[in-house]
Order: sequence, then structure tokens, then C-alpha cells
Amino acid sequence: MAKLGHEWILRLGDDALVLAQRLSEWCSHGPALEEDIALSNIALDLLGQARALLTLAGEREGQGRDEDALAYFRTDREFSNALLVEVPNGHFGDTIVRQMLFDQFALLRYEALAGQSAEPEVAAIAAKAVKEVRYHAAHSAQWVVRLGDGTDESHNKVQESLNVLWPYTQELFEDDAVSQACAAAGVLPLNASYHARWKEQVLAILEEATLNCPETSALLTGGREGKHTEHLSYLLAEMQVLQRTYPGAKW
Amino acid sequence: MTQEMDLNQRFEDYIAADQKIEAKDWMPDAYRKTLIRQISQHAHSEIIGMQPEGNWITRAPSLKRKSILLAKVQDEAGHGLYLYSAAETLGITRDEMLDALHTGKAKYSSIFNYPTLTWADMGAVGWLVDGAAIMNQVPLCKCSYGPYARAMVRVCKEESFHQRQGFQVMLNLSNGTAEQKAMAQDALNRWWWPSLMMFGPNDASSKHSEQSMRWKIKRFSNDELRQRFVDMTVPQAELLGLSVPDPALKWNEETGHYDFGPIDWSEFEQVISGNGPCNRERIAHRVNAHNEGAWVREAAAAHAAKVAARADQQTHAA
Repeated sequence: MAKLGHEWILRLGDDALVLAQRLSEWCSHGPALEEDIALSNIALDLLGQARALLTLAGEREGQGRDEDALAYFRTDREFSNALLVEVPNGHFGDTIVRQMLFDQFALLRYEALAGQSAEPEVAAIAAKAVKEVRYHAAHSAQWVVRLGDGTDESHNKVQESLNVLWPYTQELFEDDAVSQACAAAGVLPLNASYHARWKEQVLAILEEATLNCPETSALLTGGREGKHTEHLSYLLAEMQVLQRTYPGAKW
Repeated sequence: MTQEMDLNQRFEDYIAADQKIEAKDWMPDAYRKTLIRQISQHAHSEIIGMQPEGNWITRAPSLKRKSILLAKVQDEAGHGLYLYSAAETLGITRDEMLDALHTGKAKYSSIFNYPTLTWADMGAVGWLVDGAAIMNQVPLCKCSYGPYARAMVRVCKEESFHQRQGFQVMLNLSNGTAEQKAMAQDALNRWWWPSLMMFGPNDASSKHSEQSMRWKIKRFSNDELRQRFVDMTVPQAELLGLSVPDPALKWNEETGHYDFGPIDWSEFEQVISGNGPCNRERIAHRVNAHNEGAWVREAAAAHAAKVAARADQQTHAA
């Protein structure tokens, strides 16, 4: 059996890092103090996951790159996160719908990783992440319900958020050589294999929220191979500015 | 009248005996008003203070620093929450307090009207601004109003952690490249005097101090606390290899304290009266977040009402 590379770990880390960066943009802009705290908390959890995963990915790669080298010195073409997590925050409803769609996916993926023994280091990171993501998933689902089943205005707004974000979800369940290798090694089932469960859980939330699942044939994809939206390059430019301006400095 | 005099006497006796006044205890109106003013200003300072530091979260120069800064700003939101709750025990709502902040009726610490221009400001703000805040706040853990005193115990623990983190950022910069060291010196130059102003006017011209001291809301005078801060901080600046931007600063053998130069109170007055570099932006940012969030808060309230109505219907049906 071929040894797994580091790319699959990098994908997990990039998803967490880019979403953490997006959520941290909310700080001091939240609709209520409690939500400022909640979104920062989720960002912190994701950042913690990203740091552990990027560190491990760097070790596996064996080129001497640590978490910061991977976060600050790759271009958008080298990032492998799913497009969904880089989509700009929009309003609170956009952010919450994005979060709900991702949390439901992340929970299934981390549960699978926590339950395997072929990659014990990733299993340990995933076991911790599962506990965190359960809270994130409960938080985002509750908010989707509140906003969907709140006022007419909030209902219309989040229905529109869902319509815009839905086409990004298909990418999460695509498979390629990297995910097939993980499946062959018994580390992670094929992404496609948990699509049905994800959809069932998301539909249950949408039903309670009185929202309609969008009918769409649009599929937005490419993140895993570094073909991103136009937004990621700006996100990275902001995130990387000090490291790139003062190369070699320690902070 | 006699009853009020008895109550007042009992209140004064309590204060004299260093007992805590609790939310349901009788208290003079002026004491209540003073506390509402002070606690809500303090809460507002935490909330507005999220902005200058939040400014660097997305640009923090390492993932570790990002995580520490994010946790710190989140702590500040948490402090705002407990302080608003402590003030609510005195019979005012969070909405009323926020409204006073948004309309400019309530004040917050003027220090947050200065901009954070470089990463080194994350160090200087933690080291100096949180350092000055701790000097002011540790005595409040013993203040006469119980809910405020208890909130401050936790606030102070977290602030002292922030202060150490800020110093660590300064230390890394001071030991870093020439550009980093210059960045640290520049931040100290810009934050030193505003930090000294955080203790408020000189004792002779402080209008609220005397009564607050008598009520044991305040335990030390502005000038005493400022002197302590200078005495503590100057050796730390030396350790960093940075120079404090005050030509008059000098150790005084006789007093056992540092002498320091006069504070430019005209700048303080300017910033307090709304003409600081960021006053308008800080409030506009707050008001904008609040207004943009209105539909979310309305939706949450509408949903909660629907859920309650459904539960009610079920009870009636059963």
C-alpha cells in the first residue's frame, strides 16, 4: 500500500485556517455581544485545529515547513481549501448559513477520522475537533432556524444566503486521487460516501427553519486543486502582509 | 424622612465597616448613579477597546500570535458582558446603556480613540494600556459594591495575562531586527503619554474622586496610581532597551519614585471632548454593527415568541 502524502492533511488544515480567518473578521462587528464572543470562539477552535494540522502536514512533507511557513508563504494557487470557506462573510445570515453547511460536513469528516487507527496523530486531532465542532454545529443550526423561522425579512435574507451558497456544497463531496488514497488506506471513507447523511441532516435543519433546499445545477468547484474564487487572494494578502514585508523576522 | 436617615446611617455604617453593598440593599441615589456611570463606562471601554486590537487580528504575523490576540479580544467582549450585567443589578438595562454609548451620552476610556498603526501597537497596548488598566482595576476588586467587586476579580486575572502577553510581543520585537526594534520604540513613543492620561486628571482637578473615595468605590487617588504605574513601567522599558519619551524622567532618591514631566492636559481634553484621531470612527463602527445586527436580534425575538406560543398552544391542547 502506497504511503499517504501530506496533501490530505493540508486540505483539512486549509479548510480550518481559511474559515478561521473569515470568522475572525467578525470581531467587533457582531449583531450582539454574545455573537461576537461565539464567532470569535469558533474562529479560535478552527485556528487551533488548523495549527495542529498544518504542523503535521509540514512534518509529513519533510521540507522543513512549519505551520507559519505553510500559512504565510503559499499563494492562493497552493491553498487547497474548499471554496465554501473562502466566500466573503456577507451579512450575519450569510455567515451562519455558510457555517451550518460546513459544520455538518466537518463533523462527519472528523468523526470518521477520530474513529480510525491507521493515522493515530490525525485521529487525536480529530477527537478533540469533534467535541468543538459539535458545539459549532449546534450553534449554526440554531441560528439558521431562528433566522429562517424568525421574521419575514430574516426568512427572505437567509433563503437568499442559502441559494447563493448551495452551489459550493457539491465540492465537499467530490473525490480525486488524494481522497481515493485515503479511502484505500482506511483513513477516511470517500467524500461521496457521506453526502447522503450530510444532506439528510441539512434538510432536517432547513425544514425546521422553514427554508427551501435550492434546486440548482450550478456547481462551483476547484479549491482542492488550487483554483479558487477571486476572493482568496485578497484574504491571503491581508493575512500574510507582515511575514511577507519582513521576511525572516521572528514575532 | 427619619426612615431614610436610618437607612442612610446603616449604609454609611456598612461602608465604614468594609461590608459589601449588594444589589437589593438600600443605597443613596447618588451612590447608585455614580456606580452606573462608572461600571457602564468601564463596560463601554471594553467594547470599544475591541476595535483597536481587533484591527490586527486578520494580519497577526504568526498563527500563534493570531490565536493569542483573538483570545484576548474575545476576553474583552466577555468583560463587557459581565460589567453590563453588574450594572444591570443597579436598575438599568443593557439596551439603555448601549443607547447612551451610541448617542454619545456615555463616555469610554479615551485611550481607545488612538489608532493602532503597526503590529507593535499590539505589544504597547497590552503592556502599557492593560498595565495602566490593571493599576486602576485591582483596587476595584475591593470596592464597596459587591457585584462590581466580584466581576473585577475575574477581569483583573485576565487583564494581567493580557499585560504579560503584550510585554512578550514588545520583548520579541526589541530582540528582533532593527526594523522591529524601531517599530517597538515608535509604539512606545505614541502610547506612553496617553497611557499616563488613563489615570484621569490630577487629584486637584478630579471632579468625581473625593466622594468616590468616601464611598470606597475608589481606593487610591489618580496621582497615586499614576505614580505607581510609572515606577513599575520604567524599569520594564529599560529591560526592553527602549527609551521612555520623557526628557524629564528621572529617579528621585529622596522620594523613592520616578519624577516625570508634565502631562499635556490640553490633548486629553481634546480627545475626551470628541476630537481625538478615532473618536468618530469608533462610535460609527459600533453604531454600524448595532444597526446591521438589528434584523438578526428582531428575528431571534420573533422566533422565541413563536416557540413560546407553540408551547402554550400545546399546553392548552393537552
